[in-house]
Amino acid sequence: MSDQAYNFAYLDEQTKRMIRRAILKGVAVPGYQVPFASREMPMPYGWGTGGVQVTAACLTPDDTLKVIDQGADDTTNAVSIRKFFQRTAGVAVTEATADATLIQTRHRIPEAALTTGQILVYQVPIPEPLRFLEPRETETRKMHELEEYGLIHVKLYEDIARHGTIATSYAYPVKVEGRYVMDPSPIPKFDNPKLSNSPALQLFGAGREQRIYALPPFTHVVSLDFDDHPFEPSKAPHDCDLCGAGESYLDEVITDDQGGRMFVCSDTDFCRTRCEAGHLGALGVPVLKGGA
Amino acid sequence: MYVAVKGGERAIDNAHAWLAEERRGDLGVAELSVAQIRAQLSLAVNRVMAEGSLYDPDLAALAIKQARGDLIEAIFLIRAYRTTLPRLGASCPVNTAEMAVIRRISATFKDLPGGQVLGPTFDYTHRLLDFKLAAEGEAAQAATAPAAMEAVPHVMAMLDRDGMIEAEPLGNDVPADLTREPMELPGSRALRLQAITRGDEGFILSMAYSTQRGYGRTHAFVGELRIGAVAVEMEIPELGFAVEIGEIELTECETVNQFKGSKTEPPQFTRGYGLVFGQTERKAIAMSLVDRSLRWAELGEDYTGAPAQDEEFVLMHADNVQATGFLEHIKLPHYVDFQSELELVRRLRAEVFATQEAAE
Repeated sequence: MSDQAYNFAYLDEQTKRMIRRAILKGVAVPGYQVPFASREMPMPYGWGTGGVQVTAACLTPDDTLKVIDQGADDTTNAVSIRKFFQRTAGVAVTEATADATLIQTRHRIPEAALTTGQILVYQVPIPEPLRFLEPRETETRKMHELEEYGLIHVKLYEDIARHGTIATSYAYPVKVEGRYVMDPSPIPKFDNPKLSNSPALQLFGAGREQRIYALPPFTHVVSLDFDDHPFEPSKAPHDCDLCGAGESYLDEVITDDQGGRMFVCSDTDFCRTRCEAGHLGALGVPVLKGGA
Repeated sequence: MYVAVKGGERAIDNAHAWLAEERRGDLGVAELSVAQIRAQLSLAVNRVMAEGSLYDPDLAALAIKQARGDLIEAIFLIRAYRTTLPRLGASCPVNTAEMAVIRRISATFKDLPGGQVLGPTFDYTHRLLDFKLAAEGEAAQAATAPAAMEAVPHVMAMLDRDGMIEAEPLGNDVPADLTREPMELPGSRALRLQAITRGDEGFILSMAYSTQRGYGRTHAFVGELRIGAVAVEMEIPELGFAVEIGEIELTECETVNQFKGSKTEPPQFTRGYGLVFGQTERKAIAMSLVDRSLRWAELGEDYTGAPAQDEEFVLMHADNVQATGFLEHIKLPHYVDFQSELELVRRLRAEVFATQEAAE
């Protein structure tokens, strides 16, 4: 049921057109941060307003929307954003990655491989990969223009000098098609390989910082590293305790105050699908498909 | 057996219901009406209009009621509503020289055409709690005088006539609109003023205060502070002339600042400017100081590294709706990122212990 007081997907058509122009520019120049006139949304800045605006500009009445936060469909902010689009756009929603035409995400890329025609919209807090090395936007824009990325390599090198390894575990910077260094949003570096050569269109929206950027399908994306310290995606060295998956990113859940903990898939749809297919982890119980 | 937390939707609905109940408070106490807020908390209403960038006292009062008196939350409600409104056009510049002033003071001249008009100010009240108000005592009727009909000229216009103050020629540029275009820096002065007038009162106040304490001092005098109603006019293309579409209350502050002159220009005073919706005097004065401070480059002054001289620092951090949203978003789940940090720190610690053991 949609709310008739507002236009389809909340934003007016002129605003959506403005956002689509920024998206098209982003698609044409992969990894480049396109300034756009971000609107004030009815949810706070920093809570996904960039992603919400990109989603609003891309949605059509025939779309099926999935919203995840930390990989899960049922975290409060994902619930809130999904509800917003159910109310203002009346689109179908799903938790199944494969059934969604548009997925808005915060901090994760779904485990299941995306397919041609799907759009993945990332919520981005700080779009500038150089921001914590140089706080001034006027300077960082210049650095991108001149392809002056020495500073970020120095930072990674200093990590190795101090810790023996690159101490960046999320929002790990990537280089897009050999040109722009890009912040993949705060996804764990475990997800970085999925950025590259994805058949899906990947769009990044930063509302407060007024930036949109994009990775068109099959864009070559490389995580920054050194020959003698190659990039390593990492995850907790465990299997999921519910579904037994050994290849998925895991959340650590504290189960008591005696140091007890278990590890479960952060991607709730992936985990449930596996459980329903009969896979069983160390602490899982058999599930009947569609049953309680 | 572990079961993942579910039911986010029901938790959210219940939280909203509880919030609504808390907002209403004790049912034994009469409900506050929007009209009461508008009439009796008018300075709060003014702040919400100014920082919400929407001149509508009724909506601002409603927002304050809905936000339980949290003014930044009320400002956010107004901003979110404002953004859904169509933009029909731009008004003609308001003529503050024609303002029907309720308050007008100058700190630079003892007396001047139009006079010093104190108006409804806290300035010389003794800040003693008035316990009569707790007993709901009605205010005595204030004395009245017939309103002066003639316009009150600007102090700056008088200084300008003698060439004592930098000229500020009229421009025909269409000002940028920071709510419709992404902010690109360095910005024009008009853009800076737009950002400051809707910026957080506390932030602008502190920035201005820092200039007074020496972080980018500009030696400001309040040339003039005026509060009153001005007519808003708009060119109607079909008519070919401007018609008055309404009236708004504004506070305007113009400061006179020292300028030593340069090789090409003789010594002259310079300007700082503040203009804010409603009776918002503290904000308007602070705005004029911050405006002047940010003008160091065009006036050929030194950059001393003071925060109030740093355009990017001031403009990127003045907006309280942006600031509060980003600050509070750290309440949202960050399990995934934290998990990746946990693994990293565990691995680094394991490596350190392994090295120590090997050494022993």
